[in-house]
Amino acid sequence: MVVARFFRSSPLGGVCALLLLLLVSVAVLAERLAPYNPLTANYAVTRDPPLGRHILGTDHLGRDVLSRIIFGARVTLLVAISSVLLGDTIGFLWGVSSGYLGGRVDLISQRALDVLMSLPALILALLLMAALGAGLSTVIIAIAVTRVPLSTRVVRSMVLSVKELAYVEAAGALGASGARVMARHVAPQCVAPFLIITTGHLGAAIFIEAALSFVGVGVPPPTPSWGNMLGGVLAEAFKPPWWMVVFPGTAITVTILAVNLFGDALRDFLDPKLK
Amino acid sequence: MRKYLAQRLLIAIPTLFGVTLLIFIAMRVLPGDPLAAISGEGGGMYVLNQEQLRAARATLGLDRPYVVQYFDWLKDVLRGDLGKSFWRGEPIRELIVRRAPITGQIALMAVILSWLIGVPVGVLGAVWRNSRTDYAVRLVVTLFMAIPSFWVALMIVLSLVLTLTWRPPLTIAYLWDDPVRNLQMTAGPALALGLALAALMARITRSSVLEVLGEDFVRTARAKGLREAVVVRRHALVNAMLPIMTVTGTALGALLGGSVAVERAFGVPGLGLALVFAVAERDWMLIQNLVLLYGVIFVLINLVVDVSYGWFDPRIRYQ
Repeated sequence: MVVARFFRSSPLGGVCALLLLLLVSVAVLAERLAPYNPLTANYAVTRDPPLGRHILGTDHLGRDVLSRIIFGARVTLLVAISSVLLGDTIGFLWGVSSGYLGGRVDLISQRALDVLMSLPALILALLLMAALGAGLSTVIIAIAVTRVPLSTRVVRSMVLSVKELAYVEAAGALGASGARVMARHVAPQCVAPFLIITTGHLGAAIFIEAALSFVGVGVPPPTPSWGNMLGGVLAEAFKPPWWMVVFPGTAITVTILAVNLFGDALRDFLDPKLK
Repeated sequence: MRKYLAQRLLIAIPTLFGVTLLIFIAMRVLPGDPLAAISGEGGGMYVLNQEQLRAARATLGLDRPYVVQYFDWLKDVLRGDLGKSFWRGEPIRELIVRRAPITGQIALMAVILSWLIGVPVGVLGAVWRNSRTDYAVRLVVTLFMAIPSFWVALMIVLSLVLTLTWRPPLTIAYLWDDPVRNLQMTAGPALALGLALAALMARITRSSVLEVLGEDFVRTARAKGLREAVVVRRHALVNAMLPIMTVTGTALGALLGGSVAVERAFGVPGLGLALVFAVAERDWMLIQNLVLLYGVIFVLINLVVDVSYGWFDPRIRYQ
C-alpha cells in the first residue's frame, strides 16, 4: 500500500526506484549477466570499438567494457550503500544523544563537527585514503566519515525541537530514564528526516567513490569500478578510445540521477510540508 | 558588526587547530607511518631493514613523541616554514606559491561562469513558473546536478583530442605572462566545474526568487506601476541574493574538492594535481600542508559568507 501510494504521489520517483532496483539486481546477478570475465585480459582484441565482437568495446587490456560496467555496479552500490549506512547511522546516534543530552556534550560535539566540516568532503576523503591506504573497506570508511557531520547536524536540530514537546516531558515526568526517552520517544520522530538525508547522501557517496577511484586512490585495480575505469583512460593520453570514457561515465550519471530523483520524491512523500 | 566579526574569528581559530589535529592524527598516529608505507612492509617501493628504518625515522624526527612532533609541525607552519617534499626535496611553500594561482583562477572563473549562466536561468524559471521554459530549465538543472564534473572534464579533453588533436599545455603559464596559453589551460577545467555549479545556482535562484515574488513589497512594487523587469531586478533578485550567496560559499568548498579530480582529468598543474600525486606517492609532509591549506581556505570562505550576510541584507543585525 505504501508502495502504491508512493507511485501515485510521484510516478517519476517510482520509475527511478524501479531503475535502482534493476541496478541492484544487475549487481547481484553480475556473474550470470556479464558476457565475459571482467578481469580476463585478451591481448588479441585490445581497444576494440563497440558493436563489434564486444557490444561496448574492450579496454586497453582487451577486457570487455560491458562486463566491467556490470561488475562495477556491484562495487559502486556496495560502497555507496554501506558507507552511507555506516556514516549516517553514526550521525543518527550522535545527533540524538548530542541533541538530547545538551550541555557540555553538545558543545564539544558541535566543535568536533565544525572541524570535520571545515574540509571539503572530497579533500577529507583523500586525506583519510592517504592515511588508511587504498582498498574497498577504507573507501567505505573514508566516505562514511564525510557523511557523519551532515547527518548529525540534521538529526540534532530535529531532536532539539522534538524534545520540547509535551509528550517527551511527560515521559520524563513518569520516570522514564534518559536512554528510554531517547530511544522510544525522541529517536522515532527523527526517522523520516534520517531517511531523507540518507537517500540524499547516496548520490554524493557515488560521486566521491568515483572521484577517488578516478584519481587512483580509491578502489584499486584490477577490481572494476566505474571511477577507476575512467581513470584507466588517463594513461591513454594520445588517442583515448571514446567508449572507455562515455560508457562508465554514463553509468555514473544515470545512477546519481536516479538516486537524486528518488530522493526528491521520497522527501516530498515523507514530508509534504516541504513541497 | 565588529564584535560579531571578532566572535566569528574566535570560533574559526580553535576550529583550525582542530583541523591540524585531525590531519596529524590521520597522517602520523594512525597505524602505518609514512616510512613504513614507503619501505617494504606490504610490498612498498623500497625495502629497508629494521636498522635502516630506525635510522631513517631518527633523521626525519619521526621517532620522537607525537606531542613533540605535533607542536614542531605547528610551530613550523605558524612561522611559514612548510617543509620540503619528501621525494623531490622541493620547498612546499614554493610549490604552493607556484600552483595556487592556477587553481584559484580556475575556481574563480568557474564561480563567475556559474553566476553568468545560473542566475539568469534561475530567474527565467521563477518568472515563467510552470511554463515550458521552466520545465526545460528544471530538466537540464536536474541532469547537470547528477553529472560528475570530472567526467565532463574527460569528455571535453576527449572531444578536443579527437577533433583538434589538441593537448592541454603541461607547463604553468600565468594569466599575466601568457594569457593565451593560460586560458588554454584553465578554460576547460573552469567550464567543467562551472557547469555543475551553474545548475546548482539556477536551482537556488529559482526557488529563492519564487519565494520573494510572493512577498508584500513585490505586490506593492507592481501596484505602483513598475515594469515587471524592474520588479524582478530591483526588488526580487536583490532580496533573493542571500541564499544565492550562501550557496556560492558552500559550493566553493565542493568546487575546491571537485577541482582535484578535474585537474587530474586535464593534467593541469594546480594544487589539486599536486595533492593527488602526493597521496599516490605518500609524500606525507606535502599531504599534511596541502590539506591544511584547503582547510584554511574553506574556513575563510565560510567566514566571509557569514559576514557578508549583513551587507546583503541590512535587516540582519548582529549582536
